[in-house]
Amino acid sequence: MAQGVMVIAEQRDGEIRKVSYEVVSEGKRLADKMGWKVTAVLLGQGIKEKAAKLGHYGADKVIVVDDTKFAAYTTDAYVAKITDIVKAEDPAFLIMGASVQGKDLGARLSARLGVGMAQDCTALEVDNGNLTAIRPIYAGKAYAKVGFSDKRPHMATTRPNVMAMNEPDSSRSPEIVDADLSMDESALKTRVAEVLRDATGKVDLTEADKIISGGRGMKGPEHFNILEDLAAAIGASVGASRSAVDAGWRPHADQVGQTGKVVSPNLYIACGISGAIQHLAGMSTSKVIVAINKDQDAPIFQRADYGVVDDLFKVVPALTEEVKKISH
Amino acid sequence: MNIIVCLKQVPDTESQIKLAPDGKSILKEDLKWVMNPYDEFGVEEALRIKEKFGGSVTVVGLGPKRVTESIRTALAMGADKGILISDPALEGSDALATAKALAAAVKDIPYDIIFTGQRGVDDDNGIVGPALAEYLGIPHMSIIVKVEVSQDGKSVKCNKPVEGQTLVIESPLPAVVTAQKGLNEPRYASLPGIMKAKKKPLEEKTFAALGLNPSEFGEGARNLKVIELTPPPARKAGKIVSGDTPESKAKELARLLHEEAKVI
Ligand SMILES: Cc1cc2nc3c(=O)[nH]c(=O)nc-3n(C[C@H](O)[C@H](O)[C@H](O)COP(=O)(O)OP(=O)(O)OC[C@H]3O[C@@H](n4cnc5c(N)ncnc54)[C@H](O)[C@@H]3O)c2cc1C
Ligand SMILES: Nc1ncnc2c1ncn2[C@@H]1O[C@H](COP(=O)(O)O)[C@@H](O)[C@H]1O
Repeated sequence: MAQGVMVIAEQRDGEIRKVSYEVVSEGKRLADKMGWKVTAVLLGQGIKEKAAKLGHYGADKVIVVDDTKFAAYTTDAYVAKITDIVKAEDPAFLIMGASVQGKDLGARLSARLGVGMAQDCTALEVDNGNLTAIRPIYAGKAYAKVGFSDKRPHMATTRPNVMAMNEPDSSRSPEIVDADLSMDESALKTRVAEVLRDATGKVDLTEADKIISGGRGMKGPEHFNILEDLAAAIGASVGASRSAVDAGWRPHADQVGQTGKVVSPNLYIACGISGAIQHLAGMSTSKVIVAINKDQDAPIFQRADYGVVDDLFKVVPALTEEVKKISH
Repeated sequence: MNIIVCLKQVPDTESQIKLAPDGKSILKEDLKWVMNPYDEFGVEEALRIKEKFGGSVTVVGLGPKRVTESIRTALAMGADKGILISDPALEGSDALATAKALAAAVKDIPYDIIFTGQRGVDDDNGIVGPALAEYLGIPHMSIIVKVEVSQDGKSVKCNKPVEGQTLVIESPLPAVVTAQKGLNEPRYASLPGIMKAKKKPLEEKTFAALGLNPSEFGEGARNLKVIELTPPPARKAGKIVSGDTPESKAKELARLLHEEAKVI
């Protein structure tokens, strides 16, 4: 009978990504309730020495798939290899982060395995050996609690930044096993031809701990530097409303909302954003929301934990100065 | 190039979502239904590829009769042909079953490239595109912002932004591409386009026509089951930060974020 929790760890350029530690931690929490073990699968090249770290967060066993074919993520290679591993290990649950990679991997893997998958979950629970999950739908306008049919594994991806991360315990050392590397190479159709690095080096909005977004109230692209300054002072990434993106002030990748990125940072500061339903949908799962808007009737204030009714061009630079004082 | 675009109909993003008394579904009566915004990018990209290489664009939608309207919108934008898969037995199908039915409908028509949206803005899944590719036995590339078909029409290069970098992925055709915002600026349907769309072929297919087994579809066959829908957790009432000047408000806000919310 299927048992145990399997998690797929994600690495980029040989470093394990934070979301993977969140997933291992969550997997451990679920496994403990059932008296199960956590098996992590780590795919990449030259990554074996990193496997022990997954143990520190709760993995009992790490299956390492170390080969050039897995250096960069491709759906074809990863899905084929993980399918073999899942069939051999027969886990009850299969969990990964809802990163760009995890959502893609999870979707295709669920089809190959013919099992249900809950995408982008904000909470997981185990009920009698069955997985249940909470996932925001309509970009957060409603929450769905979902369960699974009898087919195993029960699959889920978890939203970055949401699952609590365990305190790493470096005395825990997992069993580390090398995976069989053989595979049918004719199944490998896609390849990464090139990697274009984002020169800004900013943390992607979906994984940012803090976000400062600007809207039409910013009046033009040249004023976003005041948000960049505040962002630099508190370690945040800068986002935007669709109006700011459609005006060409900010890149598409910065759009927050129902048709942009759905984000869950610890702190979200909306500057000159009215709070249209599509924008609110994309950020209302943020832990602390601040709105700075000169119109006291702007709908954004109904969602904000802290509201400042004033001119953002005066408030934001002053806030940056105040924050610098605190952190010194 | 023969191009297929999958089209999902979703509630307009302006919609307030109201829960039905069964606690498991939403009230559908008062909703305005539109083409999933990500599918508009798919339609637009298909038309641009056709304009460059020639060929045809077929739009496939699965759902109730009202989906016809969104298919007509795509035809008015310039697509050549529409297919509606509609059958009461499909009602309530999950993502995998939907993909299976779409695969059955497209497998017998020629295609070089298939577009889906990167996710539906209703259930936020992003599963149907990759699953469709799986059932057709072809590669997929998801969340794509640039598509470049090779001169000979046999392969494609796609740009996929991942956190902090962009991957340029190369794939042989046929393949499925899931469209992300940034791919293009969708055109509006012109008045002559709308007139022409009325005469374009729109075929309706049922289960029987697709040779599908109804027991694999619908609510009862779901692998992912909705137990309960709830409104988003209520946020506690917020505070308006006090102060006489913008500077004093900024100071008070910094204090609250530091001492009370403990986020900076
Ligand atoms: C299909 C569809 C999908 C959409 N998806 C999204 C989405 O994903 N994300 C999204 O954000 N939107 C989305 N929208 C757009 C959305 O409906 C709104 O139009 C948009 O969010 C408004 O952006 P805004 O708040 O920046 O601009 P506005 O609504 O114009 O608000 C500007 C605000 O700035 C304030 N302001 C102006 N000057 C100052 C100042 N000096 N100091 C302080 N405040 C000031 C004003 O009081 C006002 O409240 C979508 C719309 C559609 C139709
Ligand atoms: N019922 C459907 N009919 C046609 N296409 C669909 C349907 N459901 C999903 N799709 C396609 O798959 C994409 C992603 O949907 P989803 O996996 O539901 O988030 C959509 O943008 C459509 O292109």
